[in-house]
Amino acid sequence: MTFEKADVVVVGSGFGGAVPAYYCAASGAKVVVLERGPRLTRFPHSLRLGEFTRAVDLVVGDGVAAVTGNCVGGSSVVYFGASLRAPSFVFERRCGTGRRVWPRAISRASLDPWYARVEQALPVEVPQWSQIAYSGGVFAAACSRAGRTCNPVPLAVDLKRCVNCNWMLAGCDFDAKRSMLLNYLPAAEAAGAEIRPLHEVQTLTRGDRYVVSYTVIDPDDYRKVVGIGAIEAKTVVLAAGAVATPPILQRSALDVPGAVGKYFSGNGDRVSIAVVDDKKLGMPYEGFAVGRPINTMSFDRLDPVQPEYERFSLQQIYFPAITNVLADTGFGDSARDARAKWASWLSVLAMTEDDNEGVFGPPAPSGSGLRLALSVVRSSLRYRPSSRTLRGWALADDEAKAILERGGLSTVKPWRDFAGSVTAHPLASCRIGDDPRTSALDDRHEVRGHPGLFVTDGSAVPTSLCVNPSLTIAALAERASRIIVESTGRPARDVPLPGKG
Amino acid sequence: MISRRSLLGLALVAPLGRSSGALEAFADTIVPGATRAGAMTVLRLPSLGLALLLPGMAALLDTRAVLSAGRPLAALNPAERAALVDELLRSGGLDREVYVLLALLCASAFDCAAHLNTAQAARSGHPGLRHLRFPMPDADGLWRFPEYSYGRRLAPSHPQTTAAGSPP
Repeated sequence: MTFEKADVVVVGSGFGGAVPAYYCAASGAKVVVLERGPRLTRFPHSLRLGEFTRAVDLVVGDGVAAVTGNCVGGSSVVYFGASLRAPSFVFERRCGTGRRVWPRAISRASLDPWYARVEQALPVEVPQWSQIAYSGGVFAAACSRAGRTCNPVPLAVDLKRCVNCNWMLAGCDFDAKRSMLLNYLPAAEAAGAEIRPLHEVQTLTRGDRYVVSYTVIDPDDYRKVVGIGAIEAKTVVLAAGAVATPPILQRSALDVPGAVGKYFSGNGDRVSIAVVDDKKLGMPYEGFAVGRPINTMSFDRLDPVQPEYERFSLQQIYFPAITNVLADTGFGDSARDARAKWASWLSVLAMTEDDNEGVFGPPAPSGSGLRLALSVVRSSLRYRPSSRTLRGWALADDEAKAILERGGLSTVKPWRDFAGSVTAHPLASCRIGDDPRTSALDDRHEVRGHPGLFVTDGSAVPTSLCVNPSLTIAALAERASRIIVESTGRPARDVPLPGKG
Repeated sequence: MISRRSLLGLALVAPLGRSSGALEAFADTIVPGATRAGAMTVLRLPSLGLALLLPGMAALLDTRAVLSAGRPLAALNPAERAALVDELLRSGGLDREVYVLLALLCASAFDCAAHLNTAQAARSGHPGLRHLRFPMPDADGLWRFPEYSYGRRLAPSHPQTTAAGSPP
């Protein structure tokens, strides 16, 4: 049997896929990118089911639910643009093992040049205080009153173009958000890469080369299959996302390392809602819905001398009203009363050090799980927070209260956990490392025992990061891209940044 | 004592088509006004594929209400309903996912008019969006906020912040 051939097949077109797709194509390789989601050109401001859900999936496991992108550009299209380097101590984490979990080859210092490249390529800018939305201002003012510091969050947003619509979850209709659609992907296509939307990779098999099998998905109902196919390539880059890459490997007729589908981390994400009393604030607020979703954050508890599992950041953030049900408002009249003050809500995201507790069970027959409806997928992922993770969350809750409840400014409550914990930052389910028992990938992002098969998405990140992960995923993908290109026998050093050649 | 598994079975063979008001009572307990805001329309959206399961879900809710308080859900007073809904969403049973799904969808009708284009819903005075005081869009159906910032520094930055704005 003969198959279509490519030099490199990239699975997924988010941060982890777009970066290597560009470098491989720019170095002269024939690259095909297979993306499960649709290619969208307009991003309507609407929370109607069937509109924003075209680009966003809710992947529901047992004890955890993950929000992920599902379109060309992946999560970069629907994310909130926060672009931070992970603190140095993260790379030194031991996670109870007695030794470093990250590969020896990677530290903050060694990753800094790659971070810098991504910051230049996207590009990233740090907002001025005059560009910080009300909600970020309120959080900063509360931090200051409580004796804390508070920083503007670096963003992959063109702030001159941004109209502060607060619809970043729906994509960006103003081309202000610097998603992969504006940098690496167009550069990859200009260099000859072919992006195929609505192509969901199901399995890999291996002979002399890898055979990547996919189904083609109906654009109006992602549950329907309208075609099948396969491509043969010597090099395959898996970047389907941390909740989709493990099932592909588990399902494939490959003898994959035992660490595939283990050590999942939700980045220690923990959301709380404060209801702000304007009178106590001393300045008008009622601006929850106004501006960009992420503006300011506190680095104070990212203190490297504190014990592991006790360090975290606190970030002001806005989630669209579809998440209101997660606010701990009670039911009946109290739920209605709380919503009457919705304009005075303020939400904060703690990003803590979790314990990589997530484990994937046997994979569903296709995709990242059983697609129940629209954008809801049932995953085999199971997550039970350890006592150390719970302690980290409790400390973050205490700090949020110390800042936001001081002087009666507000009352703060974590999101309800009836859907388990909720993460927008799934990580570590197929991670890099030096120890083959606990890492499916070596420090070159290659799947152990499978030359030419690489993983470059959030699943490769070994631990929670205490900050939003996108910049780290992209920086690791930048670093890995050089290795991947060289593994195809092509020179990698001369490829310029996208758009800078 | 009836097991949760048999309860689920009982509910799924419940007669189709007859509404006891249980779904409406559930929706209006999650947020009072959710039914008026379109919760039943959301539950019946063809793209969700839930319509055939709704009578079973309603019967399941009533069964749990009868077991817990002796009457169907719609016949309970608001405090009893709130307590039962809280218990159902916290329970560890197989049927909990049904209640969580119902809660998410019913709330989405109220909080974001999940069955409607948001701009049209906001302009037409959708009761949930109006209750939230959801802002109005521009004429083209997109939101823009020219006024959005206090315009001044409100806290000192962390002293070890790097030039890229990141922690060290």
